[in-house]
Amino acid sequence: MAESREMIRVEKLNKHFGDLHVLKDIDLTVGESDVVVLIGASGSGKSTLLRCLNFLEIKNSGSVIIEGEAIDPKKANLNQIRQKVGMVFQHFNLFPHKTVLQNVIEGPIQVKKMKRATAIKEGKELLEKVGLADKTNVYPDKLSGGQKQRVAIARSLAMKPDIMLFDEPTSALDPELVGEVLTTMKQLANEGMTMVVVTHEMGFAREVSDSVVYMHEGRIVERGKAEDIFDNPQEERTKAFLSSIL
Amino acid sequence: MEFIDYIGHLWDTLIASKGMFYEATKLTLKLTVVSIFIAIFVGLFFALLKISGVKPFVWISNAYIFIVRGTPLIVQIFIFYYGLSYGSLQISGFWSAALGLAFHNGAYIAEIFRGAIQSIGKGQTEAGRSIGMTSGQTMLRIILPQALRRALPPLGNQFIIGLKDSSLAAFVGLAELFNVSTTMGSNTFDFMTWLIIGAVYYLILVFILTMLVGYTEKKLAIGD
Ligand SMILES: Nc1ncnc2c1ncn2[C@@H]1O[C@H](COP(=O)(O)OP(=O)(O)OP(=O)(O)O)[C@@H](O)[C@H]1O
Ligand SMILES: [Mg+2]
Repeated sequence: MAESREMIRVEKLNKHFGDLHVLKDIDLTVGESDVVVLIGASGSGKSTLLRCLNFLEIKNSGSVIIEGEAIDPKKANLNQIRQKVGMVFQHFNLFPHKTVLQNVIEGPIQVKKMKRATAIKEGKELLEKVGLADKTNVYPDKLSGGQKQRVAIARSLAMKPDIMLFDEPTSALDPELVGEVLTTMKQLANEGMTMVVVTHEMGFAREVSDSVVYMHEGRIVERGKAEDIFDNPQEERTKAFLSSIL
Repeated sequence: MEFIDYIGHLWDTLIASKGMFYEATKLTLKLTVVSIFIAIFVGLFFALLKISGVKPFVWISNAYIFIVRGTPLIVQIFIFYYGLSYGSLQISGFWSAALGLAFHNGAYIAEIFRGAIQSIGKGQTEAGRSIGMTSGQTMLRIILPQALRRALPPLGNQFIIGLKDSSLAAFVGLAELFNVSTTMGSNTFDFMTWLIIGAVYYLILVFILTMLVGYTEKKLAIGD
């Protein structure tokens, strides 16, 4: 585990929105099969950092290195990189005009140019894996939030990514539906998926994560094992944040 | 004249003239379908220019919409008519009217498409891009199908306006519904009867068009 391959390396990353300096000199490394949980107050830049990792946002300075390759957004084929870095959104963002299966096979067929029959076969396997084999031909509006999010996870996995980013995947869910999505994510982590997860699910962080990163006003303040961060935070700001959410 | 007698006269005239109006209706329909068909592509093109965010494209699109909105349709039709049919191009009256109407409706359809495209949440684009789709693929396969569905009610409305506005082609000499009605009116000095008959044909056409749009809306409503 200690000598694992570096999947993500971020160096001196800065991001501005106009006058607003949102990410400040971020350094972050994520090893293969690591699960890193990002926590921090609203507006601290968690989503922006995540979105810089799959280039939905483009950094202003610093570097983002994915699987050893420094990505220059002007030159790189970002569509190709995004296939390696899947993303799951807070509000699912399923395609409402496509069935569950069509959502899942869209990427493989359109982007990977996979044969339709193969894509359907693999898509069905993925839906089985996330426990939605019976919803194949249903439209998203007929699903619960938890089911939608599991379809969204399957849609990302269909691209066979090496890294998965999750931006508050359970925040929009009714409390009783959170568990089913976390279970799917735990299963992924156990299979060795490299994951960066923005979440305030402390149980998940303790159980699954290799490290927890606390962000405050665009900076990484503290990083450590979940037990250490939660039970014995070193920084005052971390303590203040944790006491505010617990 | 007794009211009942007049209705009888109206009915007889309607029946007697159906061959003539069949031809006129065909021309109105052809003019409408051709001009709306072209206008959809013109509209989509200018809508995409406008949302491209590329300054010169946005300017071109805004200028087009400004010109169409700021001038009367009849002036546009005459400009197309004199510009196209008497120039070296020798384009027929039908095509100059059809293109004039398409030019006009295209601007309104562009605004309808732009509104519908922008009403689709940013999350849809991001979801498409995050599985590696290009911006073109995302537009074509994710955004446009959803936008089209949302655009359908206002589009249907614009089709109806387009159908009725095709009556202005009478002024460049096309023997469509309005032209036949007024010509018969002035030939017989029985204007009222012929205008009512013309109106009946428009009503029937608009009714059919409304049904078609409603039917399409229902068909597309799945998964919404
Ligand atoms: N596209 C944008 N344009 C301008 N400002 C933005 C944009 N996206 C985010 N911001 C600003 O950047 C800051 C960080 O936002 P970000 O969404 O990364 O925070 P967050 O930590 O994910 O917060 P939350 O917990 O509320 O999701 C906020 O002040 C936000 O208003
Ligand atoms: Mg966020």
